[in-house]
Amino acid sequence: MGIKVNHPGLLTTIQDLGRPGYFHLGIPISGAMDRMAARAANLLVGNEESEAVLESVFLGPQLEFEADATVAVTGATLPPRVDGEERECWTAFRVKAGQTLSFGYLQEGARAYLAVSGGIRTPQYLGSRSTYVIGAQGGIEGRPLAAGDMLPAASGANPPAEGRHLPEELRRVPGTHTELRVLPGLYWRLLTEGAGRSFFEDTWKVAPEADRMGYRFRGGRPLAFEPREQPFGAGSDPSNIVDGCYPYGSIQVPGGTEPIVLHRDAVSGGGYFTLGAVISADMDLIGQLQPNAEVRFVSVTMEEALAARKERRAQLARIRESLA
Amino acid sequence: MSNASIQAPVPGVFYRRPAPDQPPFKEAGDSVAVGEVIGLVEVMKTFYEVKAEQAGTITEFLVENEGAVTAGQVLASLTSA
Repeated sequence: MGIKVNHPGLLTTIQDLGRPGYFHLGIPISGAMDRMAARAANLLVGNEESEAVLESVFLGPQLEFEADATVAVTGATLPPRVDGEERECWTAFRVKAGQTLSFGYLQEGARAYLAVSGGIRTPQYLGSRSTYVIGAQGGIEGRPLAAGDMLPAASGANPPAEGRHLPEELRRVPGTHTELRVLPGLYWRLLTEGAGRSFFEDTWKVAPEADRMGYRFRGGRPLAFEPREQPFGAGSDPSNIVDGCYPYGSIQVPGGTEPIVLHRDAVSGGGYFTLGAVISADMDLIGQLQPNAEVRFVSVTMEEALAARKERRAQLARIRESLA
Repeated sequence: MSNASIQAPVPGVFYRRPAPDQPPFKEAGDSVAVGEVIGLVEVMKTFYEVKAEQAGTITEFLVENEGAVTAGQVLASLTSA
């Protein structure tokens, strides 16, 4: 069966849980920015969690279904409509052959995930269907959806009953003010004590250019650096180093002014210092931040970061149990 | 005659001109046709065109040039024909 793209939205890509294992070659993991929401969408329609889904940013697509399917929308509150009639988010519902799925205005969050029973079955690249647009890999010809595309979808063997939903306490959509937990890293020492304090004290706002490669923030005080003679091979700006690896979630601050948190389509290394990294438990949350959303960074220890990861795993276990 | 509005399709920064050195797409009092562009919203390094979904006359712009907008926010009010 196929799903015809009548309108692609602003930027809709095919994503699954990504292609780990190639970051050392410069190929990022990609995959859903909000992995928990993508997993939940799949579970709601009876798929494996790793099936490919559609990730839509801010604006939903218009899709015409060739055959009956059970679908679910999770993540951002982007109200789905079947032939104009509204349906619930985080809830499985039927779309019949010939019907059109569209979306209302974004109400909360940034990225909505649409899972289709059976999954979207574009060819895999390095073990994943995730679209990495900069590298033109995965998805449909390595690009976002375009009007006229036909999405191949498997027909779900035993789609669950319509109306199956995830209880509200198991959904995560950020509110107006978000705290992102940060583990200070190897280059923390390059900042002055005052800069180290102000980074965590100030309120930062998501810049409009934030995307899948990185989320840029502005609005906090510029960061000052300890005076040092720049080592051979490093650029002249104090925020430059002699190249380093960039972990997912790492925070670089070019020129000391606007922190950038690297996300799923990140570059793997370069010559900016990274003051630390957003912990893995909070990475999904970043993918749901709208432009101008207010954020504070909160310093945590490795023990706290690991405890938070454990808590996220427990949350995933509760989601699985709820939809088993 | 009835009142209608044009809403921001995506969140971001609203621009009333196609480029800084060009005149605004539309002014209050101008008429618009269905599908006509009345402004741009910049987000994620993309400029998304805001189009009128109804024909009519623009009565007022409710967001200034370069103002921050949320999805669904009313950008302009319209008296539909």
